[in-house]
Amino acid sequence: MGSWGYLLWVRARAQPSDSIRFLRLGTGADILSGDPKLERIAKGNALALCATGTWTASFAPVLERMVADAEKLAGGPQNIFIDVSEVAKLDTFGAWLIERLRRSLTKGPVEAQIAGLSANYSSLVDEVRRVRATAVVDSSPITITGMLEQIGRAVAGVAGTVAGLVDMLGAVLAAGFRVLIHPRSFRLTSTVHHMEQVCWRAVPIIVLITFLIGCIIAQQGIFHFRRFGADIFVVDMLGVLVLREIGVLLVAIMVAGRSGSAYTAELGSMKMREEIDALRTMGFDPIEVLVLPRMMALVLALPILAFLGAMAALYGGGLVAWLYGGVQPEAFLLRLRDAISIDHFIVGIVKAPVMAAVIGIVACVEGLAVQGSAESLGQHTTASVVKGIFFVIVMDGVFAIFFASIGM
Amino acid sequence: MAREAQSEIQNPIIRVRDITVQFGSTRVLDGLNLDVKRGEILGFVGPSGAGKSVLTRTIIGLVPKVAGSIEVFGVDLDSSSTSQRRNVERRWGVLFQQGALFSSLTVRQNIQFPMREYLRVSQRLMDEITMAKLTMVGLKPEVAERFPSELSGGMIKRVALARALSLDPDLVFLDEPTSGLDPIGAGDFDELVRTLQRTLGLTVFMVTHDLDSLYTACDRIAVLGNGKIIAAGSIADMQASQHPWLRQYFHGKRARAVMG
Repeated sequence: MGSWGYLLWVRARAQPSDSIRFLRLGTGADILSGDPKLERIAKGNALALCATGTWTASFAPVLERMVADAEKLAGGPQNIFIDVSEVAKLDTFGAWLIERLRRSLTKGPVEAQIAGLSANYSSLVDEVRRVRATAVVDSSPITITGMLEQIGRAVAGVAGTVAGLVDMLGAVLAAGFRVLIHPRSFRLTSTVHHMEQVCWRAVPIIVLITFLIGCIIAQQGIFHFRRFGADIFVVDMLGVLVLREIGVLLVAIMVAGRSGSAYTAELGSMKMREEIDALRTMGFDPIEVLVLPRMMALVLALPILAFLGAMAALYGGGLVAWLYGGVQPEAFLLRLRDAISIDHFIVGIVKAPVMAAVIGIVACVEGLAVQGSAESLGQHTTASVVKGIFFVIVMDGVFAIFFASIGM
Repeated sequence: MAREAQSEIQNPIIRVRDITVQFGSTRVLDGLNLDVKRGEILGFVGPSGAGKSVLTRTIIGLVPKVAGSIEVFGVDLDSSSTSQRRNVERRWGVLFQQGALFSSLTVRQNIQFPMREYLRVSQRLMDEITMAKLTMVGLKPEVAERFPSELSGGMIKRVALARALSLDPDLVFLDEPTSGLDPIGAGDFDELVRTLQRTLGLTVFMVTHDLDSLYTACDRIAVLGNGKIIAAGSIADMQASQHPWLRQYFHGKRARAVMG
């Protein structure tokens, strides 16, 4: 029935009517310039929409507006044809918009027809006709209850985090005992490699930063103590502060940022590329192969770095005390010997392996928790550094209470 | 302007001349010449490690070349201005070997990503076109809200193809599109590429190892060896060739199985 109606329409158009000829002339120029047009030509009971020009993605905004305009014609009593015989170029965007127009003009029993389709575009239009325009479910907007829910989940997640850390600690200790029983399964090469990454390559930057911090502490101390004529006490302050607290704490924070993040990113991308699953299927324990060497390297590295850091800070402090405060090196060393005992040094260095273990466990837990996406890798790497630093400071507080109560 | 359009129809869509690519001291491509004609599906074969992906990546501009010239759509990519180059990039789509979908975006956002960048169209139209593309590559609309990590290997390839086609390009590069697919899935994919080429008038540059693809999907085959094109022509030409690697490739056990 439809094609019969279209034939009538074509015959009507073929008869030389002034208005139509005028329109044809007009569109001829438009085809050259490429601008798409959709013209309405009414003839008797039939309405034809003539599409001309380039119906492609580059003209999509114009096309969409034209089609939206034409859609308002829906509901009329006429037979509607969409004549695409003069379309110069058609792609999926154009074809879909014509199909959308056809669908919205189809009301009740009268179906809008697409006519004049050239052979090379018919398969594209057929393809587009199969598309079901399903409404896309929009992601839920941000609401107050949603935000409260997020806060609730985050709080509940804290318990999960602690459980994950304890779980990893247990797994690492178990793997450690296994290695103690079968020392040949210990991965020495891997451990040495990580020692190089974490310890040896970290030395320059850690020494530099702790040196500068030592300088700053000494300068500030001298500046303020000078008012009381207590310049020399800057040595006491520097010694106690650096050996007990600053040395190890600062180095631990730097290592969390430098190596903790690297561990998380390494393990996370291995998880994403199924490398960890591959290890498992080959009968290897990822904890033993990947986590234990990293933990060992970190636990060995942090005391060394903390010691080097403390020495660099004392050196920097001594240098500033000499150049800025006029404290002669001999006087500085004498005073330092009186001010600090081996206890101060032990208090500092004992904390280092524990902090290293905390950083390592946090980093490995986060690394193994990475999901499939790049975003998840970023989130877990951030979480690794933030949580690592947080737990380092918490541990430092716990140690302070402990040493205070045993009188060290 | 009309003459320009005319010449663009007659000239090859990709014209590669005397391309040399070197990594360190290893010369991967050595004075390579290749033409890809408008509207054809060119199958690009060669032994593993011969540099098929390197050539693809050189044409797309991801690998720097030592010498030679590359023209795509008649635009010399070395001397072109930024806007010309963007225009060319907008007209080609690339399907990477591993799909290279953005892992933090959903399938729908992946497909809409180029549209958002290059076109100013309403969200409604983008959603509808996304559905059209998904239907074209044979996926269900439900897939649209999934993340790439929740898709199977075959689905990733299809979504990646849908993304490559999202701006209705004239030219698509497919890097081993059927690797990692089951034979039925691979056959469907070949069929799909054929259909899309017919419906959208695409030119397809396909790097492949799949003999079935060569037989069913490709119009012309180019063979890479020793950094050069050692043969180019129809499948019949390839079978007639006396080159030892080609003889082994097209008359080996697997080839006989494909030919039946």
